[in-house]
Amino acid sequence: MPEFRDVTLDDLRNLVSDRALSGETVLLNMGPQHPSTHGVLRLLLELDGEIVINCIPDIGFLHTGVEKNMESKIYQKAEVMTDRLDYTNTIGNNLVFCLALEKLLDLEVPERAEYVRVILTELSRINSHLIWLGTSCLDLAAMSVFLYTFRERELILDIFEMCSGQRMMTTYIRPGGLWRDVPAEFTPAVQNFVDIFPRRIEEYDGILHKNRLFLERTKGIGVISAEECIQYSVSGPILRACGTAFDFRRARPYSVYDRFDFDIPTQQNGDIYDRYLVRMEELRQSTRIIEQALKNMPGGPTRSNNHKVVPPPRSEIGTSMEALIHHFKLWTEGFSVPAGNTYQTIETPRGMLGVYMESDGSPKPLRVHYHTPSRTGLQAMPIMTRNRFLADVVGIIGSVDIVLGDADR
Amino acid sequence: MNKHQSRAVEKIQKEFSSRVDEAHDEATLFLTPENFIPAIQLLRDNYGYDMLVLETAVDYWPQLEPRFHLVCRLWSMVENDMLGVRVPLNGNSPSLPTLTSVYPAANWFEREVWDMFGIKFEGHPDPRRLIMPYDWEGHPLRRDYPLGYEEPQFTFNFEKIAAHKPHPKE
Repeated sequence: MPEFRDVTLDDLRNLVSDRALSGETVLLNMGPQHPSTHGVLRLLLELDGEIVINCIPDIGFLHTGVEKNMESKIYQKAEVMTDRLDYTNTIGNNLVFCLALEKLLDLEVPERAEYVRVILTELSRINSHLIWLGTSCLDLAAMSVFLYTFRERELILDIFEMCSGQRMMTTYIRPGGLWRDVPAEFTPAVQNFVDIFPRRIEEYDGILHKNRLFLERTKGIGVISAEECIQYSVSGPILRACGTAFDFRRARPYSVYDRFDFDIPTQQNGDIYDRYLVRMEELRQSTRIIEQALKNMPGGPTRSNNHKVVPPPRSEIGTSMEALIHHFKLWTEGFSVPAGNTYQTIETPRGMLGVYMESDGSPKPLRVHYHTPSRTGLQAMPIMTRNRFLADVVGIIGSVDIVLGDADR
Repeated sequence: MNKHQSRAVEKIQKEFSSRVDEAHDEATLFLTPENFIPAIQLLRDNYGYDMLVLETAVDYWPQLEPRFHLVCRLWSMVENDMLGVRVPLNGNSPSLPTLTSVYPAANWFEREVWDMFGIKFEGHPDPRRLIMPYDWEGHPLRRDYPLGYEEPQFTFNFEKIAAHKPHPKE
């Protein structure tokens, strides 16, 4: 047994500057219990007066061992855990898991299911951006935005509840389609949301867009260049705010995203304000996608007919022997997935989310790895905070839009 | 495989005589720890694979040769193309050179792989654990690492289980 020891300055010697060793600069601990770190993030800051010289993020306080747990669960049960990773974008996490699994299984998904998936993923994106807008403005001491955004978020959560019976941890998207068809109230509810939401975006914009207090806290702060973003694998709104129009929905269309007409918003400066502008425009574009998907949504089944993978309908179990056997097999030992591996990427509100899935031919995955955008964003934190004021660190954390459940897994 | 990708793959195959695997429309190059860095450097500099979008490992225990695979995916922003790289690693405590000199993003990915699988990266600038506490013992994502519950010990397998059972810290 090694002795319990504290982290000494020696362990951090190559991370901080020499001036910290002589006591000229101050090492300041921020977190893990800090209201503006959006969870349990610890930052070790080296300060010269009020200027941040070095920022060393320390993560792992919300590690839940999801990847290890998945290896001992059948695929249907492993999917339930994906909700808990990024708890503001639960539908996206389900989607990427199912897309990877469907690729390994070579499973067809009905058209209607694909459209519902797109609508829900975009609603989930809006939901996530609303949480980001509310909480990051809270960090910059703009209280009222939070109240407005959570009002609209409630509408989205109501739609999720209507479909799946759950407001956050939905697990509504399943391998081969959806859990069940959307209820009759779904279309009017989404239509209602699409109708009122553009006006609500103007309300947020009205509070923030030309607000001097907001501009002074965000303009020219937390700058990162497009080259640095690519070097550090940072994608999503942070990269788009540097002028690179890159979006996985366009670069590698998944589901039915290639059928919709939408723009990829970009800005040039790569600071907090530009990220804000990009995300606000993304709210509008997501609304556009939902509108188109709702208009063109076809009828038909929402689950694949392959009952080796997708459970048969409840009504069949009472009358069909085959359905009963399928049901029994699926809920006792699960379905076997052909050996192989795949990497599926989607665009989440935070950037690129990839899932690496490897199967050895058994009903349990050999390895599932989530490559998450929060972690790459955090890794680039030292670049964004360098030579900024301590007070700006809080704003920068907010603008990166981290979810610690996503970063720590 | 599209045209750009097949050119890159052919070049690597010729230069380093590596095997290539294709499944689900994804091409994967098999490299050895020796030619890992030069091959990836070549892919980044000459074929535009400028972004590292995955670096993780897979454990094939109880198989020992190779026990681990290091799995990478490279992304090209210009060509919108993804290329897979795998490095089979033998033995229980393998090591290979670090990728941080080519992609700075590899820093945290490699710290996680070291933390979770115990694969060493030579020349890594910051070889601390990333997720687990710094005084943690063992590497949780290895297949021979118990899931957490206690395995029942009987007379016939008492010693065997005691050998790898986690003990409370004193």
